Amino acid sequence: MVETTIIIHEQQFQRIKNVLARLCVECAARVVFLVDRDGQPIAFHGDIGDMDTTSFSSLAAGNVAATTSMAKLIGEDVFPAVVHEGERESIFISVIGRSLLVVVFDERSTLGLVKLRTKKASHEVASILEAIQNDSANERLDANSFFAEITDEDIDSLFS
Amino acid sequence: MTFINYASREINCKIVYYGPGLCGKTTNLQYIYDSTAPQAKGKLISLATETDRTLFFDFMPLELGTVRGFKTRFHLYTVPGQVYYDASRKLILKGVDGVVFVADSQEERMDANIESLYNLEENLQTQGYDLLKIPYVLQLNKRDLPNVIPSDELTAELQRKGEPVFEATASQGVGVFDTLKAVAKQVLTELRKG
Repeated sequence: MVETTIIIHEQQFQRIKNVLARLCVECAARVVFLVDRDGQPIAFHGDIGDMDTTSFSSLAAGNVAATTSMAKLIGEDVFPAVVHEGERESIFISVIGRSLLVVVFDERSTLGLVKLRTKKASHEVASILEAIQNDSANERLDANSFFAEITDEDIDSLFS
Repeated sequence: MTFINYASREINCKIVYYGPGLCGKTTNLQYIYDSTAPQAKGKLISLATETDRTLFFDFMPLELGTVRGFKTRFHLYTVPGQVYYDASRKLILKGVDGVVFVADSQEERMDANIESLYNLEENLQTQGYDLLKIPYVLQLNKRDLPNVIPSDELTAELQRKGEPVFEATASQGVGVFDTLKAVAKQVLTELRKG
């Protein structure tokens, strides 16, 4: 495969969760997500209610993929942020390399505040993600990887 | 690109259903959705036109169970089959772990199958993938219709690398889960290789 499998360890996951939790409070947001640009949800913090977070992540990624292609058509490389303003709830998406920081907020916050706080958190998230990517690349070379031990029976049992 | 989260003990993989317009990609997903227990699936999201043609993609997350304590979740996507939605197809292939090519078995759709398969190879290459190297399954759909090309002829024409081939009638669920299992198995086997 072209890209390395991304492996997130407990400690890295906790660091991401901490950044998201702080951002959620600082923005007075309803919920904050970190999503991979291919649509995989990485982590979230906040009030999700009965929201389908997996579908939400996939649609956020699809949304950014479409707007990025639109950007290219008009000569821009990427739109670094995408905003959707609703009557009550709004969404702010910040593109960080191959990930998306998605903030869902309502009238308790403002777009200006969300932009400001997200910018700061983006740097932290970017450095954690870089570490994850580097570790993942090294781990791939590790012949003793846990996944090398998966047997045919393990896989078959999923479909029984 | 597979995502492994040790904290939540989850493996997330992306599978894309590809093929010409009206070959039954969405029907495959719809059948999987309808026959899966509520706790194992998320919502089936369809970004479709008013006439129910896929505009951007269909999506559903599916949990298959656990491997060595890790929850395995497959993110199933379809692409829009119509020729002019090529930009959307390219986007959806990003980060793909496995592909199902759904061929329409009807005689008059043979050219469309070949064109779509060629388009798949080309779009995979654009994203840096090689069809010959990624987990891949061929499904011969609509076997219940009267004007179908014999399976061996279709296979001879469309099979690219000795990949598993399944006859299917997706509208009745025939071959749908066999296809999914085959591609999911290849994806997990690939993961094991590292």
